[in-house]
Amino acid sequence: MSRDDLLLEAEGLCKSYQMGATEVSVLRSVDLAVKRNEFVAVVGASGSGKSTLLHILGALDSPDKGVVRFEGRDLKRMGSGELNRFRNKMVGFVFQFYHLLDELNVLENVFLPTMAGKSVIGWLGSRIWARRRAGELLGRLGLAERANHKPYQLSGGERQRVAICRALMNEPRLLLADEPTGNLDSVTGNGILNVFEELNRAGQTIVMVTHDERIAQKAGRVITLADGKIK
Amino acid sequence: MYKIILAIRYLVKRRISYFSVAATALCVFVVFVVITVLSGLTAEFKTNMYRAVGDCVVSSESMVGFGYYEEFVNVLNATDFVEAVAPVIKSYAIVDYQYGTRQHSDQGVEIVGVEPTAHSRVTGFSEWLRYDRVYVDDVFVPPYDPSLVGCVPGVAVLFDRDSEGGYRITEELPRVRFELSSFPLTARGALAKAGAGEVNTKTFYCSDVAHSGLARADGNRIYLPFEDAQMLCGMATGRKRVNGIHIKFKPGVKLDAGRDRIAGLWQEFVAGKAGAPGVNLLENVRVQTWKTYSRVFVAAVETEQTMMIVIFGMIGIITVFVVFVVFYMIVSHKSKDIGILKSVGVSRGGVLALFLGFASLVGVVGSAIGAVGGWQFLVHINQIEDWLFENFEFQLWDRRLYAIGDIPNAIDLNVLGVIMLSAIFACFVGAAVPSWQAAKCQPVETLQVNQL
Repeated sequence: MSRDDLLLEAEGLCKSYQMGATEVSVLRSVDLAVKRNEFVAVVGASGSGKSTLLHILGALDSPDKGVVRFEGRDLKRMGSGELNRFRNKMVGFVFQFYHLLDELNVLENVFLPTMAGKSVIGWLGSRIWARRRAGELLGRLGLAERANHKPYQLSGGERQRVAICRALMNEPRLLLADEPTGNLDSVTGNGILNVFEELNRAGQTIVMVTHDERIAQKAGRVITLADGKIK
Repeated sequence: MYKIILAIRYLVKRRISYFSVAATALCVFVVFVVITVLSGLTAEFKTNMYRAVGDCVVSSESMVGFGYYEEFVNVLNATDFVEAVAPVIKSYAIVDYQYGTRQHSDQGVEIVGVEPTAHSRVTGFSEWLRYDRVYVDDVFVPPYDPSLVGCVPGVAVLFDRDSEGGYRITEELPRVRFELSSFPLTARGALAKAGAGEVNTKTFYCSDVAHSGLARADGNRIYLPFEDAQMLCGMATGRKRVNGIHIKFKPGVKLDAGRDRIAGLWQEFVAGKAGAPGVNLLENVRVQTWKTYSRVFVAAVETEQTMMIVIFGMIGIITVFVVFVVFYMIVSHKSKDIGILKSVGVSRGGVLALFLGFASLVGVVGSAIGAVGGWQFLVHINQIEDWLFENFEFQLWDRRLYAIGDIPNAIDLNVLGVIMLSAIFACFVGAAVPSWQAAKCQPVETLQVNQL
C-alpha cells in the first residue's frame, strides 16, 4: 500500500477524560490507516472509545497525544478556519440520533453544509445547484416526496437517510458514521447498511462505528477496539 | 445564509422567543410614551416660560427696583440686535375682590405693571388675553365703562377649570372690582408712608383676563397699567424706578451672545453713572437669559423629567435581563443544533453571529412592535383619557388642579430612533454572554455526551 492510497492515518492517539476525581483513559495509543474507497467498521463494547476515535478522526475533538493525517496533512497543524473547511468539505458525519435541525425542512437540512460553507452572496450564486443536488440525493435515497417535510414528520429510518444525504451533500472524501443503525429496527438498519454498501461501491470511503459485529461484517474491514486499544 | 434562515425560524418557531420580543416591545412602548409626554410637558412649560419673559431680563431682585431705566431703554433701542424692550414693575399687593363664590379681602397677589404694546412685543402678553379687542393698547380700558382704570387678572383668579382642562370663561367680560393695596417703598427701601396709613390703595376694574399657561401666573397675578403699578409701589416718586426690563432679541441673535452684549452695555451704563444719586440700586441688577431667570421653575421640571427618564431607562436593564434569561434557555435547548452546525463546518464566529443575529432580530421586531404601539397610543392618548374619564372618571392629571390642557403627544422621530436603537443594543447585550457560550461549545460536548 503506497502512502498515496491512504486517505486517513492515525498514529498513537491517546485521549482521556476527567470523571470526577478519576481520569479515564479512553484511547491508549491507537494506530489506524484508512485507504481511499475503503469501508472500515470499528467495533467495540459500549465505552470502548470508538465514538471518541471517530470524533477525533473527523476533527470534532482533538487527541491528547498522537497525530491524525488526512491526505497526508496533520489536522493539528490546521488553523480553526481550515478545520471548519475540513469538516465542511472533506468529511460527512452520520450520527446515531440523526441530529437534524428541527427548524429546517428535509431539503434545507440536506443542503445545510453547502449553505454553511458559503457567504450570503456565494450562496445566492450556488443555491440552484445546491437545491438540485439535495433533491437528487433525496431521490437516490427514496425521499423525494419528503423534501418539504419537517424532521419530526419522518420515521427513524427516513431521518437517518436524510442525515446521510446531508453528509454526502458536499461530496466529502470521507463518510464517518457513528452507530448509524443503533437507533433503528433491524429491517430499517439493514436498509441503511445497504445504502452504505452502495455508496462504498460507488467509491465512497466510509468509517463506521458500531457495537454490533453482525453489522460490522457488511464493511470491507473490521477493527476491534477494546480497552482503548486496537486488537 | 443559514444564519438568517435559522435566526428567523428560531424567532418564529420558538415560543420562548416571544417573551423576549414582548419584553423589548413593552420597554420601547413605555419609554417612548413616557419620554414623549414628559418632554412635551417640559417643552410646553419652557415655551410658556419663555413667552412670559422674553429673551433676556435686566432685573433687580430687590423690591425697591432701580432707576435710570428710561435711559438704559434708550441705549437698548439704539442697538442693532435688540428687537423690543419693555420695562416692568413687579411687586406684591393685598387684593379685595368679589366674583361669584369668590370673596377675598386679604389675599396676596403678584402685581405686574406693563406697557401693553411694548410688553406684547417682548412677550406673549397680547395672545394670553381672552376677550376680543382691536388694539392691545386698550387692554386696561374696561369696555363696560371706559372711564374706569382696568386691570387684567390671571384667568384662574376669576374662573375655575373644567374637567377638560379649559376655563369656564364667561362670554361677557365680568364687571369685577379689584381693590389693590401695596406698601410703597422709598429708594432706600423704607416704607414710603411710614406712620401715615402706610399703604397705597387703588381700585381697578377687570378689563380682560390673561391665560399664560403658567399656573402660578394665571392664578396669582394681576397685570396693571405701568404708571399705576409704579405709583402703587412707590416707584413713581422722585427718580422713577422699575424692577426689570424685558428684552427680545432680533431673529438670529444667539441667547447667550445677546445676554453677554446686554451685560456689557449694562456695565458701561453703570460705569457712566458713577457718583450719580441712587446708583447703588444699579449694583443689585443682574442680566440674565430667560432660562437663568426662570431656573427655579425650569430646573424643577427638568429634574423631574430626568428622574423619570432614569427610572424608565432602568426598564431597559430589566429588558437586558429578560433577554439574557431567554437566550440562556434558548442556547441550552439549542446546544444540539450548535453541535450539528459545527459538525458541518460552521465556525465559532458563525455560531456567535447566528445567535447575535437572532438577538438583533428580537430587538428589531420587539422595538418595531413597541414603536408602532407607542405611536398609536400617543396619537390617541387624549381620546383614551377622555374615554377613561367619561367611563371611570379617571384622569392622568386632574385638570381642575393642574394647568395642563391636552396631554402632549408630539412625536419626535429622533427620540424614537434612539429608543429603538437602544432596545436593539440592549437585546445584543442580553444575548452576548449566552451567544459567546454557544460559540465556545465543543461539538462533542453536545452531540455525544453519553458515549465514549
